[in-house]
Amino acid sequence: MQKILLLGAEAIAQGAIDGGMSGVYAYPGTPSTEITEYVQRDKLANELSIHSEWSSNEKTAMEAALGMSYAGKRAMVCMKHVGLNVAADAFVNSAITGVNGGLIVTVADDPSMHSSQNEQDSRFYGKFAMIPILEPSNQQEAYEMARKGFELSEKFKVPVLLRITTRLSHSRMGITRLDVIKQNENSLPGDPRQFVLLPSIARNRYKGLLNNQINFEIDSENSGFNNYTEGTNKKLGIIACGLALNYLNENYPNSDIPYPVLKIGQYPLPRKLVEKMFGECEEVLVLEEGAPVVEEMLKGYLQREKVKGRLDGTLPRDGELNPNLVASALGFEQDEAEKIPEIVSPRPPAMCVGCGHIDAYVALNEAVGTFGKGRVFADIGCYTLGALEPYNAINSCVDMGASITMAKGAADAGLIPAVAVIGDSTFTHSGMTGLLDAVAENSPITVLISDNFTTGMTGQQDSKALGKIEDICKGIGVAPDHIIVMNPTRKNHDDMVRVLKEEMAYKGVSVVIPRRQCVQTVKNKTLAAKLKELNLK
Amino acid sequence: MKIDIILAGVGGQGILTIAATIGTAALQNNLFLKQSEVHGMSQRGGDVQANLRISDKPIASDLIAKGKADVIIAVEPMESLRYLPFLSKDGWLVTNSTPFVNINNYPDKDKLIKKVKAVKNNIVIDADTMAKEIKAARSSNIVMLGAASSFLDLKYEDLEAAIRTIFERKGEKIVETNLKALKIGKEAAEKQI
Ligand SMILES: Cc1ncc(C[n+]2csc(CCOP(=O)(O)OP(=O)(O)O)c2C)c(N)n1
Repeated sequence: MQKILLLGAEAIAQGAIDGGMSGVYAYPGTPSTEITEYVQRDKLANELSIHSEWSSNEKTAMEAALGMSYAGKRAMVCMKHVGLNVAADAFVNSAITGVNGGLIVTVADDPSMHSSQNEQDSRFYGKFAMIPILEPSNQQEAYEMARKGFELSEKFKVPVLLRITTRLSHSRMGITRLDVIKQNENSLPGDPRQFVLLPSIARNRYKGLLNNQINFEIDSENSGFNNYTEGTNKKLGIIACGLALNYLNENYPNSDIPYPVLKIGQYPLPRKLVEKMFGECEEVLVLEEGAPVVEEMLKGYLQREKVKGRLDGTLPRDGELNPNLVASALGFEQDEAEKIPEIVSPRPPAMCVGCGHIDAYVALNEAVGTFGKGRVFADIGCYTLGALEPYNAINSCVDMGASITMAKGAADAGLIPAVAVIGDSTFTHSGMTGLLDAVAENSPITVLISDNFTTGMTGQQDSKALGKIEDICKGIGVAPDHIIVMNPTRKNHDDMVRVLKEEMAYKGVSVVIPRRQCVQTVKNKTLAAKLKELNLK
Repeated sequence: MKIDIILAGVGGQGILTIAATIGTAALQNNLFLKQSEVHGMSQRGGDVQANLRISDKPIASDLIAKGKADVIIAVEPMESLRYLPFLSKDGWLVTNSTPFVNINNYPDKDKLIKKVKAVKNNIVIDADTMAKEIKAARSSNIVMLGAASSFLDLKYEDLEAAIRTIFERKGEKIVETNLKALKIGKEAAEKQI
């Protein structure tokens, strides 16, 4: 078959489609978004009626995927690393319920925080949930793991974590496809109580999971995704996890690595192979993208000298790996690289020219000024860029939904009025429940839901909030005359400032909705049609 | 054959179209390819780059090591300099001279161009003006590709074929415009070599 040029994320989507997946569930998040987007536009996926609508958040996505698995079909759920925090309850418990149809949880980590608040390593979660983890070294392997992962999941009746990182996700390579596996028929779990985690049942299932650990390990030892390459120089052995293998190979263009190399693509670690390396090598260098997960396991609490990696300074403790860092870890001399000339200024991302968030912030800054600084709790989205010059408009950005709840807590502490700024998509992701808390106590907070009809920051995906925000707020119990929609334009500036001041002075929950279409979506015809139908502009 | 290319610009300037064109030409020649891109936050007007690696043997790393890039193709002059640490000693810096100013502390243009011209092998062309002259303002990225075309170790006809493949959907007129943009870029660069 001819090779097709795919991003790592797209290769996973293609692998899952070819692996008999019946549905992908996801909430957008860099660098995982392109997996679902690929399924949404893929012709074969559409012909096969593979589900690919966005979910409201990662938890709802994880649960829906688990439901599809319950019904016997193969499902994938995708998210960025911090999304797994949101889905964690469902994720950890899905290891105990186990699966019926194969279930792959694909999580994209972002070491070096290219587009994220942290660089947490999802392999910790996989280990925590005690399930097998797959970690591809390149895009072709990502394709194969997505395709094979369902089988592995069905073999052991547990979900499988597929862990990737930004660099793999956003890099293209020619992919060779394999044949398409048919989707499963519907079927119920053999044990009708498998998914009922009452303590008495959960205890049993947990024991089953514990007993299975040894089988996961044996599977890793025999897995084609792990392999041991012999080497003549036993002074050093190298364990290369996932993508890190490429940076190792890059330093040996003639494929003449003198040391034994253990490539890791499937966890739990293949114990026998690790033992072999420890038996024959004087020192062991661990190359892994993200946190020193493997290194810490091998080093143990007693800091065994023999293990080198991110914990002893052989490699940096944080940030992404690259060929140069790996070269110095291997002891290669490198020429001093040229510096970036001083004349080059940083060019941080910024809100687009004509973005409605800007006008909302200009008005908010003026209104807040009368009450005093330091009271604006924001959230995650394009509007987070309001933290930068020249706006300096916000005082927090922590996790999705935290704006409303942090404002409430601050108001409880006496910071009155407190203001929350949240986007439309983030509001339906996890702002609604926080708003209910505030309404329940009539907290003196003003919530700006800056509505641009889209999930902007991640590339303008559909927003579940479209056309529903006022009704949701009313339903939650915000007083209707304190739900105010505004058109954020320069012309309306004075009006906006006046309304914001009034609402901030109000001793209860108010919701102000600055509403203007995201400038990046003006050519989106489907959205235009929906806006027309909903009579929105 | 092995060539490592860094594409540089600002989010929204079309460096991925350059990458896609080169990539298509490479695949049509059955070469191996890796193309690392920037998606996400930086696409909102921040600095973006792509690492494009082509070889007749399998490629290991998605990222190019420091000092190893054969060519930097930049659609913006300040961005061309940001990746200087990656350029090899004999590598070529090929850049557009028109600044994209979306920050307050953008440096003085003359000083910037002087700095670019201090690089051993450089080509500086005003791709924006040239693209406008052929009434194809949006094709300045392809003008830059043309300017760099002789350093890519790919046949010019293969790049032309790739342009046809990439722009086919948009109609014959767009294809022709971009072929012209490619040509004027190539010619302008040849005058400077
Ligand atoms: C838990 C979690 N999931 C996903 C993301 C990725 N993400 C960051 S911003 C954003 C979009 C927010 O959209 P919206 O609130 O509508 O604001 P906009 O960007 O449109 O202004 C998403 C999905 C994240 N940071 N955290």
